[in-house]
Amino acid sequence: MTQAAAADAAGGVLPGAPGESLQVEVRSDGDLQTQDMNLNIGPQHPATHGVLRVVIDVDGERIVRAQPVIGYMHRAFEKLAEHRDYRQIIALVNRHDWLSAFCNEVGVALAVERMMELEVPERAQWIRTMMCEWNRIMNHLMFVSSFGLELGAITPMFYAFREREDIQNLMESATGGRLHFTYTRGGGLKDDLPLGFLKASEELVPLVRRRNQEYRDLLLGNEIFHARTKGVGALEPEVALDYGVTGPALHATGVAEDSRVTEPYLKYDEVDVTVPVAENGDSYDRFQVLLDRIDASCDIIEQCLGNLPAGPFAAKTPKQVKAPEGAIYVRTENPLGQGGYYLISDGGKQPYRLRMRTPSFNNVQMIPHLLEGSMLPDMIAIMGSVYFVVGDVDR
Amino acid sequence: MESILTFDSLLFTVVVKVLVIVAFFLVAALVVGYLEHKVMGHMQDRTGPMEAGLGPVKHGVGQLVADGAKFIQKEDIIPRSADRWVFAIAPGVALVPTLMILVVIPFGPGVWAENLDLGLFFALAASGVTVIGVLMAGWASANKFSLMGAIRDAAQLIAYELPLVLAGAAVALQAGTLSLVEIVERQNELVLFDTIPVWYGVPQVIGFGLFFVAAMAELNRPPFDMPIADSEIIAGHMTEYTGLRYAFFMLSEYAGMVVLSALAVVLFLGGWYPWPGADLPDGAWGAVIGTVTTIAKTVILAMVMTWARATFPRLREDQLQRMAWTILIPLALAQIVVIAIVIVVLP
Repeated sequence: MTQAAAADAAGGVLPGAPGESLQVEVRSDGDLQTQDMNLNIGPQHPATHGVLRVVIDVDGERIVRAQPVIGYMHRAFEKLAEHRDYRQIIALVNRHDWLSAFCNEVGVALAVERMMELEVPERAQWIRTMMCEWNRIMNHLMFVSSFGLELGAITPMFYAFREREDIQNLMESATGGRLHFTYTRGGGLKDDLPLGFLKASEELVPLVRRRNQEYRDLLLGNEIFHARTKGVGALEPEVALDYGVTGPALHATGVAEDSRVTEPYLKYDEVDVTVPVAENGDSYDRFQVLLDRIDASCDIIEQCLGNLPAGPFAAKTPKQVKAPEGAIYVRTENPLGQGGYYLISDGGKQPYRLRMRTPSFNNVQMIPHLLEGSMLPDMIAIMGSVYFVVGDVDR
Repeated sequence: MESILTFDSLLFTVVVKVLVIVAFFLVAALVVGYLEHKVMGHMQDRTGPMEAGLGPVKHGVGQLVADGAKFIQKEDIIPRSADRWVFAIAPGVALVPTLMILVVIPFGPGVWAENLDLGLFFALAASGVTVIGVLMAGWASANKFSLMGAIRDAAQLIAYELPLVLAGAAVALQAGTLSLVEIVERQNELVLFDTIPVWYGVPQVIGFGLFFVAAMAELNRPPFDMPIADSEIIAGHMTEYTGLRYAFFMLSEYAGMVVLSALAVVLFLGGWYPWPGADLPDGAWGAVIGTVTTIAKTVILAMVMTWARATFPRLREDQLQRMAWTILIPLALAQIVVIAIVIVVLP
């Protein structure tokens, strides 16, 4: 029986609706007998960044039980990849996590290139490294702004989108895309950097650094922000590792696991990569790590600009890229955490299987662990700071 | 002094007063709403509404009028499981107290509707009624988010109402009267150390701060907007409302900003006097200057509320309670004691 039918049967009143008489049992110790309220947060809810659904049981404002329900945005990218050639897959993988599009492209391109044992030109590798970092900053700015918005501070949203716009314009000048760049090709890049790109990059880096300091002042310098985030949703490092949490959420617990350092790809072994960490693993630390990572990315971009060699932007590849028979697993540090690309090829022009390990999926796993026992408003502070993109969860 | 709206015929007087108050109520809400759009827009590196205009004047001045026209056209949806009558009248219940406070607020010499001997008491009592409308809306909506918002609002009432009343009581103590008109007059006569004329906002600066913070909490303005926290409980008690009824809630928020700011101006910032110890000319000019002064001060206070909205994240309900009971209320009580002692000791 649907809810509406149940309502009709009860004379037009839904169970628990105001029309139904209130029954409260008073126990002998004087406590009111209360019942937990079941509440659906999402799939359409302002706090869930898309269509994540979290079913929670609340006792007043305290969350007793929380269960994320995923799959509302499942678009079968992995299956689809089995029916597309490698060139088309590049355009496919920058869509599941739309905020880290470029980093995703690079992961797949790396997998194909390593299988083909293709020598990628130096210049292409440096440009890829730089673009990855620009993409990382863009991604983090988004979460900086939305976290403020969820805590009720509306202004950071508008500020952060200024820099996002600048960076988007910069990346658009090179790639032609603003969200889905599709700039990578197996063996290199689609095109060389346009005239003026390097100069614009050089000018933009100090600006981003200066504005980043403004966000520190605006949010980290606010007492209400401290009250809302410090000690909220504290994650222990062991639990984080058990759940496979990576990225800023893991670094905030003090574990500095970062593929750019532990298993360098592209040119990350030739630049100094700082991995900002914090101690407590609470919402405040996760946010602080995010801001620190923007600065760290700025450093990397400056090093890339200084080291960028001349030369071809793509290797000579056959018309039809075909990975030889075999399997490979490639790890990359995506903005939200560790991305993994497991590629099995039967030697054809399409992969036999492409399995993606996405950071958001694992980050969402720890939501029940963090939510249980916290307050309803803390749910926002927690879910806004474990950093996930729903498309990246569902793929 | 008599109200300038007093005429020979009682019926005519009542009608004129009601019309003037309703007209002021609507215009004030529109003006403050528009200013909030623009001020907050410029604070946030954007322009705010730019297109809708009245005649040749653009810059979005007609935005709220257009919004109002839109609200009127919207379908008035009442959820099936809602408590129809309660749901329908709740926005009115939330709106009327704001109108009632306007009755006693003096805007200039003679520019008031009623000069009640218990004016301050009346204003503070009426302001507390709004929460009943919110509770009705939250309960009758048959929506869990609405209910949570309403309960939060009721819980918030416990936190802010005491500091609000205690801060008002300290003013009444110093002025020796509850009539808002007389509070303004006495305030203008206050001279510190026989030399510096000041308003109550100076000796009672703590009370002024408490009153203002409590007023923001009463209006559910950020950082105290937990009852309508959009990222947590959608829009609290307003979640199920559409069209004109929703507009009523918005109207009572903006008009509430004006009314409580005006009350703060009357209590702490010298009411209609442009500077402490000022002397206004008798007759029409005095009334005009006084009214303009009060409205200017009121708008400035309302803009401070907007500023707070653009600056602060939202507090948590329990954090507000803790702040109220450990900081605001003890401060307010301490201030009353100090004021009382000073009143007795100093002649």
